[in-house]
This record gives sequence, C-alpha cells and structure tokens, in this order.
Amino acid sequence: MVDQANAASRKAAAQPGGQFGLPSDPWQPGQANWMTRLESRGIRLTRGPATPGPLRRACDGQLFGGVAAGLAKRTGFSVGLIRAAIVVLALISTGYLAMPYVLAWLLIPAEGADSNIASKALTDKRGIGLAAGLTSVLVVVFIIASALNVSWLPALPVIVCAAGLVLISRNAPEEELSYLRSLGDPAGLTATAPRSRRVLRFAIGALLITFGLYALLQGHERLALLRPLAGVMLLVGGIALALGPWWLRIAREAVAERQARIRAEERAEMASRVHDSVLQTLALIQRRAGDQQQVVQLARAQERELRAWLFDGRPPGSMEGHAATVADGVRLIQQEVEAQHGLAVDAVTVGDCELDDDMGALLAAAREATVNAAKWSGADTVSVFAEVEPDSVSIFVRDRGRGFDPAAVPADRKGLAESVRARLARRGGSATIRSSPGEGTEVSLQMPRSADDRMSRRS
Amino acid sequence: MTRPRVFLVDDHSMFRAGVRSELAGAVDIVGEAADVAPAITQIAETLPEVVLLDVHLPGGGGQDVVAAVKAENPDVKFLALSASDAPEDVIAVIRAGARGYVTKTISGTELIDAIRRVAAGDAVFSPRLAGFVLDAFAAGHSADLERPSFDPELDQLTGREREVLRLIARGYTYREVAKELFISVKTVESHVSSVLRKLQLSTRHQLTRWAAERRLT
Repeated sequence: MVDQANAASRKAAAQPGGQFGLPSDPWQPGQANWMTRLESRGIRLTRGPATPGPLRRACDGQLFGGVAAGLAKRTGFSVGLIRAAIVVLALISTGYLAMPYVLAWLLIPAEGADSNIASKALTDKRGIGLAAGLTSVLVVVFIIASALNVSWLPALPVIVCAAGLVLISRNAPEEELSYLRSLGDPAGLTATAPRSRRVLRFAIGALLITFGLYALLQGHERLALLRPLAGVMLLVGGIALALGPWWLRIAREAVAERQARIRAEERAEMASRVHDSVLQTLALIQRRAGDQQQVVQLARAQERELRAWLFDGRPPGSMEGHAATVADGVRLIQQEVEAQHGLAVDAVTVGDCELDDDMGALLAAAREATVNAAKWSGADTVSVFAEVEPDSVSIFVRDRGRGFDPAAVPADRKGLAESVRARLARRGGSATIRSSPGEGTEVSLQMPRSADDRMSRRS
Repeated sequence: MTRPRVFLVDDHSMFRAGVRSELAGAVDIVGEAADVAPAITQIAETLPEVVLLDVHLPGGGGQDVVAAVKAENPDVKFLALSASDAPEDVIAVIRAGARGYVTKTISGTELIDAIRRVAAGDAVFSPRLAGFVLDAFAAGHSADLERPSFDPELDQLTGREREVLRLIARGYTYREVAKELFISVKTVESHVSSVLRKLQLSTRHQLTRWAAERRLT
C-alpha cells in the first residue's frame, strides 16, 4: 500500500513540469506524439519481446520487490506500464490489490534464487511472532478506529501488507535488504543515519501524527470523539501506572539474568580452553621433567598458542587449518614443525599478500624445506624469512646444522631439491640450495606474483 | 676480553635468575631491578655499561627507563629483551634510545655476544627486528614520500642497508653477512648502526602507524 503510493509519487516527481504544454513537434499526428512522450517516461503501450521461463522477481531495475519488473520481463510489456497499472488498480480497489503485490513478493523467488522468501519465513519463529504481534496491535487499532467510526484506511490490506513486509524484511536475501535499506536512506530510516537525517525522520513522524489527529478530529463532532479518546488514554495511562514498575522490574531482571548467564558461559569456556591447553601442557611437563628437549618443545608450543589466543584472538587449536595469507602460512609452518620436530623455528615475515595457488605452492616448498632441515640438519634452530615484494615473494629457510657437500648429495637431499625445484618451476618460480659441510644449509625459494594479485597488494 | 658491567631489569625473578646463571663468568652483573622506578635509581648508582631491559614492566614501558637514565647518564647503553615481539613496544624502546633488541628465546652465547656488541657501541638487530624495520621502511609508501618534511637521508634505507637487513632477517650473523656481501664486519656494523639511527630519528608517520597496525607478528 505504502509502496504503491510511494511508487506513484516517485513517478510523478520524475515527470518534467511541462507535461501539459504544447507538443514539441506540431507536425506529428497527435496520438503518436502522446505515445512517444509516454514512452520517453518508460511507459510503452506496445508489447516488446517476452522472456520465456518461469516468472521471477527481477533483481535489476526494481523499485521495491521487483514484481513489476519481473512481470515486465516475462510478458514483454514495459515496466512503467505495469507499474502504472498496479498503482491504478490498487487505488481503485482501495488498497486491496496491494495484498497480491506483497504476496507475490513473498512467494515468487528472486531471479537466480532457488526458493522464495515465504519458505524461509516459515522457519523464522521470531519473525512470525513479530508479524503476529504487529497484526494484533493493528487489529486493536482498527477496532478502536471503527469504534470511533473512523475508516480512512482499509483494515485488511494494511494488516496483511504490514505482516508480509515484516516477514520480508527479516527473511529477504542480503542483497535485496541492502537495496531496500538504501531506499530508506534519504528519510533517515536506518539506525546509523546521520543526525540531520534522523531529525528529518522525526519531522516526518510528527507531521504524520499531526495529520492523523487532524483527520480524526475532522469528520466528527469534537465532544463525541474526545470522550472515547480520553477514555482510551486514561485506560492506557492507568495500566501503565499500575503495572509499569512491575514490567520494568521483570525486564531488568531478565537482562541481569541474561548477562549473568553470558558471564558464566564465558568463564566456563575460558576454563575449558585453559584446561585443554595450558593445564594439559603443564601436566605433560611435570611428567616429562627429565626430558629437557621435550619440556622446551612443549613450553614453546604452548607459549605460541597462548599468545595467539590472548593477543590475536585465535582460540587454541585453531591454528591447524587453512591460512589466508602468506604470513599466516609461514606461521602455520612454524607451529607445525616446532610441534612435530621439537626445534625452534625463527620465523620473520615482511609484508603480506593473499594466498593463491602460486603462493600455496611456494609455501608447500618452504614447508618441505623446513621439515627437511628439522629432520636432517641436526641444528636446534631453523630460520625462516619470508619477504613479500611488489613483484615476487621470497622465502629463505636456513639452518646452521651439519650441512652437506652439494657435489656428493645423498639421495634424500637430492629428492628435496629436485621435487621443490620442479614444483616451483612449473609455476614460474625457482629454488636454489646452498650448503657446505659444517656450515649449514640455506634453501632460497622465489615465486613471481600474478598481476591482479599485485593490484590488491597490502603493504 | 674485559667483562662488561651489566644491569638486569625484568619483573620476573625467575627470568633474572636464569639470565644471571647464563651470563655468569662472561659479564659482571652489578645489579638488578624489577620495576621502572627502582631501576632508574639503581642504574644511576651503579652506572653499568649495558642495561638488559625487559620491554614490559609493571610500572610502565622499558622506554621510560631508557628516557630517564639517558637524560642523566647518556653513556649507559640499553639492550632490549622481550618476549612480546609486539612491534609498537619494540619500536618505542628503540626510539627511546636502546641500542638493540633481542628476543628472550636467544641462547646464552648469543646474548653474551650481543651484550659485548652493545657495550662496544654497536647496534644489535635480531632477525625479527630486522624484519620489522624492513617492513616499516618498505618501499612504495608513496603517501609518506610526498610528505613535505620527508627527508630521504633519514626516512629511507639505502640499498646496501636493505641488503644487510635482509640477510640478518634470514638468520645470518654479522660475520656471515660480511662474507656474503664481500665487505668487512666493521662495515656491516656501521650499516646496522646507521639503520638504528634512522629508526630513532626518522619522523615517518608510517613507522608509528605501521607498528600500531601490526600488534603482533
């Protein structure tokens, strides 16, 4: 109902002022001229090409739910014509045609969507409750209105449309909702609207209330109207006075109880997290107090996990899994190798970028090199340095272990070199290994960055 | 080699005891303190060569100690020691005047080496600090380059400095860096000192903003 009224006013506003002026081209026959002028405003009387297939609400060129635009697409008539028809029919039927519009909005799936809004609304218990509450409030309002003998709005369409719109606003897909919110923006209908817009909203509200009171007072004798109105006011005031404090107390208690429950839940969750991580590790350390290597390894892994939890907000145990950026990936390698091989991995990253397939291959190679160093070098520390530059990403894995003579490589080392090199070369990257006996080993890995990745570079 | 006189500032007594036993024989520990205020008075009394300073202290940051002591006794040198690795803390203590930064996981021999280096007036960069600096001075922060007060001498690293920092970040010692770049260890030290100076004097907005953005690495 409101939708149609708005649509009509928008259309009216869109029309230039000189619509009743002389035809711009007096030699054209009158009717054709009238049609072209309508056409230029989006109302075409002839039928265009129709799109076959089931009826869908249109996602582009919509004004509200996209029902008219969808119908236009399906039938081939112009959107303007169908909108005009809907508005005219809704006005003639005193608002009753607004109901099918809202129902169509609920029942016809949007373009590209599998299901309609109604099927989702059926599972939205709170939404149904809200719609029912609004319906009952409106019923009471209309009963009072009819008792006062006021009938400036048809009751049924308003109630059905209001309930339908509540369900739509709670269950429509996010893109549709954001579009609808953008419609409400100019009037400051959103909670985050700037101050001036909110003032505008209050002004509109005040205007509507004044208009409503004026309408109420108009068609009736003053005393006859004021008496029941005063009665309703006294009743509401009395109820609020008698039961208000009690309601407030119940509401406050409910809030306090909710907060207490949330606090208790948080405490329980924290206790379980600490138990799973810190306390478990401490128990392990006590039992293995003799094995210094193991104790250091446990303490280190625990420290990293605890720090990630306290400062980065990553819950313990969540480090295993998928990394989103190169720095995340390096951190993952560090944690994994430290936990599995009991040596320190000193990881330093400079810059960061998204993890794509190329970077994934680079990280896999770095991981292999780190694991290899942990297994074979005999060093107690491995340094991993990753640098993200505009054009490429480099990772260096270095240990100060026993090293080897590249000329006389044992088979397993060669395996690493060959597999890493081949894997990176396929994606345009490269790998070099430097090592000499007693001096340790350094594996250098490079991978160029793809062009679009460079565009979205974070630095 | 003379034994440098070292003062310990850390709020964990267990950690102080650990460092003390690790350094025993290599340095003279002339005192220790657990908080900002006692550290300032005791350092003024004992006048050590090097203060091993925890970045986090209950009564404030390590940078407060550096600033207070430097005002009275500019010859006392500071080596920051931290478990947090939070860039803004590390940068703050370096900018206050510390000559270097190492993580608490450093081995005893490396720590002794770092203390000797700081006592000799050189800068000590751990791989992590080198990474921080490379990141903070990364090329391509064009907004910074267009700043009116931009000073290329202070606000930019030279190519050589960048190379040195990269190798340090990769885990190379100064000696290994020197060998890799075919320069002397002294030259490496002078490059690192120059980077430290830039870190302390540069007014880049980028530096502080970057440190605040990356709370933990």
